[in-house]
Order: sequence, then structure tokens, then C-alpha cells
Amino acid sequence: MIRVVLPQHLRTLAGTGKEIRLEVDGEPTQRLVLDTLESAYPVLKGTIRDAATKRRRPFVRFFACEEDLSHCSPDEPLPGPVVRGTEPLFVVGAMAGG
Amino acid sequence: MTGVRVLVGTRKGAFVLTSDGMRDAWDVSGPFFSGWEVYHLKGSPADPGRLYASQSSSWSGQVIQRSDDGGASWQPVGNTFSYAGVPGTHQWYDGTPHPWEFARVWHLEPALDDPDTVYAGVEDAALFKSTDAGLTWSELAGLRGHGSGSSWQPGAGGMCLHTIVLDPSLPERMFAAISAAGAFRSDDAGQTWRPVNRGLQSQGIPDSDAEVGHCVHRIAMHPDRPSVLFMQKHWDVMRSDDAGESWHEISGNLPTDFGFPIDVHAHEPETIYVVPITSDSLHYPPEGKLRVYRSRTGGDEWQALGTGLPASDCYINVLREAMAVDGLQDCGIYFGTTGGQVYGSADSGDTWEPLVRDLPRVLSVEVQTLP
Repeated sequence: MIRVVLPQHLRTLAGTGKEIRLEVDGEPTQRLVLDTLESAYPVLKGTIRDAATKRRRPFVRFFACEEDLSHCSPDEPLPGPVVRGTEPLFVVGAMAGG
Repeated sequence: MTGVRVLVGTRKGAFVLTSDGMRDAWDVSGPFFSGWEVYHLKGSPADPGRLYASQSSSWSGQVIQRSDDGGASWQPVGNTFSYAGVPGTHQWYDGTPHPWEFARVWHLEPALDDPDTVYAGVEDAALFKSTDAGLTWSELAGLRGHGSGSSWQPGAGGMCLHTIVLDPSLPERMFAAISAAGAFRSDDAGQTWRPVNRGLQSQGIPDSDAEVGHCVHRIAMHPDRPSVLFMQKHWDVMRSDDAGESWHEISGNLPTDFGFPIDVHAHEPETIYVVPITSDSLHYPPEGKLRVYRSRTGGDEWQALGTGLPASDCYINVLREAMAVDGLQDCGIYFGTTGGQVYGSADSGDTWEPLVRDLPRVLSVEVQTLP
């Protein structure tokens, strides 16, 4: 079971609470978790990753275990605590002023 | 009694203002899609309960929302806007080729006779169509593909298709305007297009009367006379009496002919409205006085309308999508400002009152006249 924490505006859009729990079929990677997330909440397609290229949107970041995973390969296995469900994967809107 | 619904898109959400036919008391609901930019929302002429909204953010991209109950509730629909075929390139600011990239939907235009059909004008400039109430979108690629697309360049706000005008007398005819490419017309329901910019003069491009490259800000049409078009260009207010085949200037005695919105009175096809802005670098009203200008002669002769509007220290702008009219007997005129006010006039512009103040920066205003 993977725990995903979305930013507030995406929780509102998807109609979810703070944390989403996903059963992922296979070794959890960013790509697989996001595929599963978008499958469960189709309204999130295009809001975290580009809908066509599946690349992370420029102002979105992925954090877990106090590390920035944004620049990791989407096919790299996620950290053990995320895989075990003891730590969540944070989807974060990058800080931008104004 | 009839009523009016004013749909306001802002930098941080959408608002719906409603009033009865007297238009002297307004109920404000919202923000909807709080925190997101709402470039445009518009109702279907065929079903006043059906609304479409463009919700976007630099963080999370594009969402399209649909309401079937006049804005009381909304549901997200399709947000995939894929350019047809190999998108190719347009010109970037520095003149180099730049791949076509979808950024956002600037304008949603519901069809005149079918609430499930809606057109979307997007950045980078292209026209999309949905026939299933916004669930799926397909590009009308004849516009980008008509021949000049590779030479289009963005304006300061991006290369956006911001204006879609449907001809009620000829269902196959439609107009689109792109910054900074110009005006285009289709006579086959959007399959093929050609530029309609003859008569436009723009000093900001190398060839001032080029076929394309003009920064058209807005086009307006009266439904009873669809061959007459009015245009607010980057500079110059223009008119066409032949469905865009040729244009002539009608700026006349305006204090400045720079501006963004233009609209036509609901019952007087020769009565038009603009909001003059000081210049392309000074995006605020001349002398800090907010005034709408009205021409009752189809242009050239303009009258300042300022009763009820700020007469000093006003340094806001009115963006291209931010003016609309209602269809009541005494035509109502509405516009929103970058300072967050929405002003309305229930007497064709003679007097004005703020409907609401202190909203986020207003990006668009549309009006529905309710039965």
C-alpha cells in the first residue's frame, strides 16, 4: 500500500482527503504510482504529469523521506519506507512567489 | 421577471453574479475553482443551464469544468488537447522556430444551437472542438495548417487564440482571432481557413499591412448584422462591412485607440463600446480616469461615459475578454478590471455602478440573460 499526499488544490479537484492510499500492482516506482493514481482519479490526468509525454510538470515536485525525488528516473524504485507505507510520497506544488 | 447571470473569470477563481431584471441588487457566489486561474467561462445560448469553464494553473495545467445547473455545481470533463498530426513550429520571440506546445484554454465558445458542442481557443494558438459536452476534444487543424502558421509569433501574453465568433445566419461561417497573427475566417464550419486582415495597419511588424502578424485584441458582431464586424486591435479600432474581407479605421475622436475589449449593444447594431487605454506600455486609462467610450454611429464619433466610474487615480486595465452585454430591453453593459471590480450599467452605459469590488484580477466577463 502506497500513501500519496496531494497539494490542497488537487485534493479539492479530485474530491479526496489529505492522503490517498493506493494498491500498486508491481514494484512501486514514480511512474507506476502515478499511473495507478491517475487510473483511480482520472481528473488528475495532466495535472501532475503532462498528459501526452507523462513527464513531470515543471512546477511539481515529488518528496519522500526528506529527499527530493523530482529528478529521479520515473522508473527508479521508490524508497523502502514509501514502499512499506510507513512514509508517504508527497506531490508538491513548487514554491513560486506572487 | 427575467434575470441576468454575470460569469466572472479571475486570476484566483470564478464568480457568478446574479440579479433579477431590475439589476439593482446582485448576489455573488464563489469563488469556484479557488486558487486557479479561470481565463474564461461561458454559457450555452441553447441551454442557459449549461456552462463551460477553463480552469488552469502554471503548476497543474488545464482543467475544463462543465455545469448543467447554471453554475450551482460543476464537474471536470476532458482536458486533453492534442494537436493533430505533427504539430510543427511557429516563430518564437527571437524569430527562431519553436515547437507548438499547449499551454491553456483562453476562450470557450458554446455552439449557438447545441449545448453539447463547444469550441476552445488555446495557447499555443489553435482551435479545438468538442461535440460531447467537453469530454473529448479534437483540433480543427485547418487553421494552423492553412499556410501561414509557421510564421505566427506570440504577443506579450503568449500566442493565444482568444476570440471565436459564430455567424448565426451562416452556420458554416466562423471567425477566430489570434495574438499576434490576426483574424481568420472559415466558411466550412472550421475545416479550412484564410486570413481576413486586409486594411489592418500595424507599426509593430516589419510589413505594416502584411497578410498576417497583426495583434488583434478582440472582435465583436451583432447577431442581426453578422457581416459587420468591429475590432479592437493593439492600436486602432476597426470595422468591416463585408465579413472581414476588408477593414477600415473608426477610431475617430477617441483619446487613444489602444485597448482590449469591444462589444456591441444588444438592440442597436451601430452602438459599440470600447475602453481606451493609454498606450501599449501604459496599461491604464488616460489621465487615471476610467471611462467607457460609446459610439452610436458605428464608429468615428465617440462619447465618453464616466458617470459612476472612478474619475481620478484609476490605474487598472480591462482585458480583452472582460466586457459583455445582456439582452434586456434596457441593454446592460458589464466589464471587469484588473483591480477586481466588476462594473455594470443598466442604461446602455449612461451610468455605472460596481456590482462587486475587490475580486482577484478579472480575466473575463460573460453575461447570460435568463428567461
